[in-house]
Amino acid sequence: MSAARVIPCLDIDAGRVVKGVRFRNLRDAGDPVERARAYALGGADELVFLDVGATVRSRKILIEVVERVSAEVFIPLTVGGGIQTVGDFREILRAGADKVSMATAAVLNPGLIADAAAAFGSQCVVLSVDALRAGASWEVMTHGGRRPAGLSAVDWACRAAALGAGEILLNSIDRDGTGRGYDLELIRAVSEAVDVPVIASGGAGGPDQMAEAVLVGRADAVLAASILHDGLWTISDIKARLRAGGVEVR
Amino acid sequence: MIGVIDYGAGNLHSVRKSLDRLGLRSRLVSSPCELAGVRGVVLPGVGHFGAAAGELERRGLTAALKEWLAADRPFLGICLGMQLLFEDSEESDGRAPGLGAFRGNVVRLQGPRRLHMGWSFVRSGALREGAGARGPDDWDFSGYYYFVHGYVAVPAEPGVVAAVAEYRRSFAAVVRRGNVLGVQFHPEKSGALGLRLLERWGKP
Repeated sequence: MSAARVIPCLDIDAGRVVKGVRFRNLRDAGDPVERARAYALGGADELVFLDVGATVRSRKILIEVVERVSAEVFIPLTVGGGIQTVGDFREILRAGADKVSMATAAVLNPGLIADAAAAFGSQCVVLSVDALRAGASWEVMTHGGRRPAGLSAVDWACRAAALGAGEILLNSIDRDGTGRGYDLELIRAVSEAVDVPVIASGGAGGPDQMAEAVLVGRADAVLAASILHDGLWTISDIKARLRAGGVEVR
Repeated sequence: MIGVIDYGAGNLHSVRKSLDRLGLRSRLVSSPCELAGVRGVVLPGVGHFGAAAGELERRGLTAALKEWLAADRPFLGICLGMQLLFEDSEESDGRAPGLGAFRGNVVRLQGPRRLHMGWSFVRSGALREGAGARGPDDWDFSGYYYFVHGYVAVPAEPGVVAAVAEYRRSFAAVVRRGNVLGVQFHPEKSGALGLRLLERWGKP
């Protein structure tokens, strides 16, 4: 089996790391290259960069960040935000990313998942699902969590995996930035429904919740932003606690 | 100079960036004549076995690499590059042969997920007791490395297996004979330990 991955998520806006709560109220959280370097040294298993600006100008900045990070950080890099075409995939992979994540574009055009998987292999196609709780189920949201897509998160994740997505990055909008813990029911429902790895995201408050996401939610990896950017936890402390809790980590 | 084989797919850049970081000069090789002046070859991997084997053939690299391997010159196959060292693969239904430096074939990996993606512990040693590859030096590969693959090589000669990893069952993570090394994981994405492996392989 694989060790559970601990993945810092760096939301990038205008060349800076930012972080909000429930996808809003963004505040500055440092220089992306410095952050990436520090997290990698600290034992991060992978890094996720999301361009929250998703404009032509912010894409350019994102590409520069990915080029700089990939020249000195030798762990897998996943990059997303504003991906529309197979050409966008190519540009980001060429800059040094190992995987590309997409959310809204895949909902609007599911064929993009299959096209990207055919062109680059499904190992580099990550479907990001922004899920909002709706009663006993979860609704997929697009456009940065603002618009309902009219899809169930579990169904959509299954369909995307069948189309060729190699990994699901599963974000709970309800928990994003709150530190209240991951939405374990959501994670487990998706994780049991798909045959590709699932990254739990949204709500990380500390290592005990990460352990739950792996042991109860059956996530393959846990994503965290606020608790790392704010220095509440270091990756090595998180891993020590995970290990003590019976979770295999690197 | 290290030659990184370019067969039109795969992420060659991360391999080159890691070699750069180690101060090892490299260049892309997409035709046999570009092998001149190269002392070690890296065959990186991402993509489809059949497509890669076909593209190597189309570029005239299959014969050149076979010759290189037969002469026991330094060679590192990474992921699909390791699989291409074997005779053939289920992924291409046996229609596109590999380089055949190692006997055996490549089969679909059976596990809880369709792809084995993530960091797994690699243990130096054989798949079966007493059948491990012994190099001239005692190279210890043990540690966590990053894997992304849906297929795995099944060596017909147990003696070439230098290290193993687990994904539901044990599989060959490193194969080695003389100066030819194949690793199923991605050393260029495996942090400090991966860089150490590349350095040890690549330093003259």
